[in-house]
Amino acid sequence: MDEVVFAVAATVSLAGAIGVVAARNPVHSALMLVMTLFGVAVLFVALDAHFLAAVQVIVYAGAIVVLFLFVIMLLGVDRAENLRTEPLAGQRPAAGVVAVLTVALLALLAVRGAQVSLGARSTTGPAEGGFDNVRALAEALFTDYVFAFEATSALLVIGVVGAVLMARPPPAEIDPGEEVGADGR
Amino acid sequence: MVDDVWYLSLGAALFTVGAFGLLVRRNPLVMFMCVELMLNAVNLTFVTFARSLDDIGGQVVVFFVLVVAAAEVVVGLGIIVAILRRRPGATADDVATLRG
Repeated sequence: MDEVVFAVAATVSLAGAIGVVAARNPVHSALMLVMTLFGVAVLFVALDAHFLAAVQVIVYAGAIVVLFLFVIMLLGVDRAENLRTEPLAGQRPAAGVVAVLTVALLALLAVRGAQVSLGARSTTGPAEGGFDNVRALAEALFTDYVFAFEATSALLVIGVVGAVLMARPPPAEIDPGEEVGADGR
Repeated sequence: MVDDVWYLSLGAALFTVGAFGLLVRRNPLVMFMCVELMLNAVNLTFVTFARSLDDIGGQVVVFFVLVVAAAEVVVGLGIIVAILRRRPGATADDVATLRG
């Protein structure tokens, strides 16, 4: 049963990943990305990471991809790009060669590393544990990693402020009449 | 229970597809999606090691990667919107010079 789940989820996520790269239209790429993210979420469940699977679906598939689609819709860039022009001569064949070599190297490391270079097992107990996964993750997050967690909140605030600053037009481009009209009423 | 090697190999394949797309595509939005693919591949690897080493720390790292990815998408899409509003139809190669 586990093998079937893994085979289906792996196929879905790999097909989605290839679709992201191969689709000419950015909207199709975004939808293929959702497919990959769902496949990875299923694999998270299979690996007993229930909380992360839920967050994966909510944050990635629910928020990030919707943000992508919003930007595509807002800017109207949903047309195929010109892949004929190659700014750097031989970049694409080189990318193919590098991709093949990388996947070979990483697969080799995965096969060998599973026996050799893993490091020691944790002494604090199993990470899996059925539906106690959320509890275990929360305990680690709010004890050992609490400063990193606090820094994360600062990062999110900075991100929001930065996005607002960049998405705003410069002050000179704001039409003064518009502001007066909005305030006058 | 599926062996860890399969998960790690799938993570390697996903990462490679993302890296290949990042090198090949020219649309900044699609390149961004390829970065997300690479992040997901690494997340899968972390969760796999969290299971095989019985260490919840791997899942904590994935949590932080998710948060940083969300912040990164917000800022990155802000930059892309600012660039494409100024120069419609620009690809990643057109903005090689970082001048205002």
